[in-house]
Amino acid sequence: MHSNSYTIFFTSIVTVVLGGFLSVAAGTLKETQELNVKNDSKKNILASLGFKPEGESKWSSDEITKLFEENIDAYVLNSNGERTSIDPSSIDTETDEENFPIYVDKRDGAVNGYAIPISGKGLWSTLYGYFAVDPDCITAKGITFYAHKETPGLGGEVEKPWFQNNFVGKRFIDENGNLVGIKVVKGKADPNSQYEVDGISGATITSKGLEYFLVDDLKKYEPFFQKVRSGEV
Amino acid sequence: MALLNKKSKEALTDPLMKNNPISLQVLGICSALAVTVQLNTAVVMTLAVVSVLSISNTVISVLRKMIPGKVRIIVQLSVIASLVILTDQILQAYMYDISKQLSVFVALIITNCIVMGRAEAFAMQNTPGKSFLDGLGNGLGYGGILISVAFFRELLGSGTVYGLPVVPESFYAAGYQNMGLMVLSPGAFIILGLIVWAQRIFSGVEEE
Repeated sequence: MHSNSYTIFFTSIVTVVLGGFLSVAAGTLKETQELNVKNDSKKNILASLGFKPEGESKWSSDEITKLFEENIDAYVLNSNGERTSIDPSSIDTETDEENFPIYVDKRDGAVNGYAIPISGKGLWSTLYGYFAVDPDCITAKGITFYAHKETPGLGGEVEKPWFQNNFVGKRFIDENGNLVGIKVVKGKADPNSQYEVDGISGATITSKGLEYFLVDDLKKYEPFFQKVRSGEV
Repeated sequence: MALLNKKSKEALTDPLMKNNPISLQVLGICSALAVTVQLNTAVVMTLAVVSVLSISNTVISVLRKMIPGKVRIIVQLSVIASLVILTDQILQAYMYDISKQLSVFVALIITNCIVMGRAEAFAMQNTPGKSFLDGLGNGLGYGGILISVAFFRELLGSGTVYGLPVVPESFYAAGYQNMGLMVLSPGAFIILGLIVWAQRIFSGVEEE
């Protein structure tokens, strides 16, 4: 039987050794991990704007950085839709109600679209993604999700191309210029409607959640989009 | 095998078939259900468990005479937890996409009964070399089942093997459909049940 003082001594040593070991490991790996997270959001911004890797291959992290730097103009808007000089990566998009980052696709010199971060509650979790709009700021260009914990095969289908492709070309502004968003309907969408997409069967709560937070997030950018529509920007 | 004596060999090979941690001891079921939708997550999970299990067994075996009896479980857990956190950090740094898919299940290796079970039942009584082999064997036994379950789930549920389509287009044209059930957890229960059944017939084990 070991004495109490030995037990305390032994556990302290174990704690210090393991703790030191982990902090060294975490410190060494931190830079690579942060780079991964950044690259992942860049990849999703590019994907929502319709960039595709050539052939079947995936993007390498260098390609992502290069594509992003060459084609994307990232800046932050204030609540009046005016451009500010704040760094977009410093904004916490979930909690910040004053500053809204926007990513402009400047391929070949002209504006090809705008991507905005979207996030909100589904059934089990918060979904995070990007929503891209055409330069007219009336129709959708694409949508992606990069983080969620919805049920695979049900709500998890939001990350699949069949669901995301539905959004391309749909309108979120009605004829009178009001923001109406895009409805995610139960079952098949009316093929004549420009404001609806197919829902995911078995995932009504995820679908409805998406519909609501999409409108909420679009509202934040509406002052800016109005300016674009009226030709001010 | 002349390299290993009989006892060491048993430590390595028993858990592969005769005393498999999943199909015979029915441990570690939770993660076996969660990460087996696709083969590549199952393979990465296997690698993670094999490394955690063999290293934790070795470390605990080296310390076994120094660990005070009354706090041994806590010490074992600290070693295991540190290794699991390290594994998770490495995956996040070098295999980001897969670590996103595995999400919380890498961290949950800490609570995998196999890891603590082997530390307490084997590493505390045996030499580091043997404990390492025991960890390796149990890890591979766990992984073997994981990979077989994932193989069938991916094949039947998505029509692919390791991400490559294997079901020809003509099958789909003729009305073949992927089994949606296999993508969900019940699919894993069914496959796992069938594997346990097949293995028990094969190895002649009967519950008392």
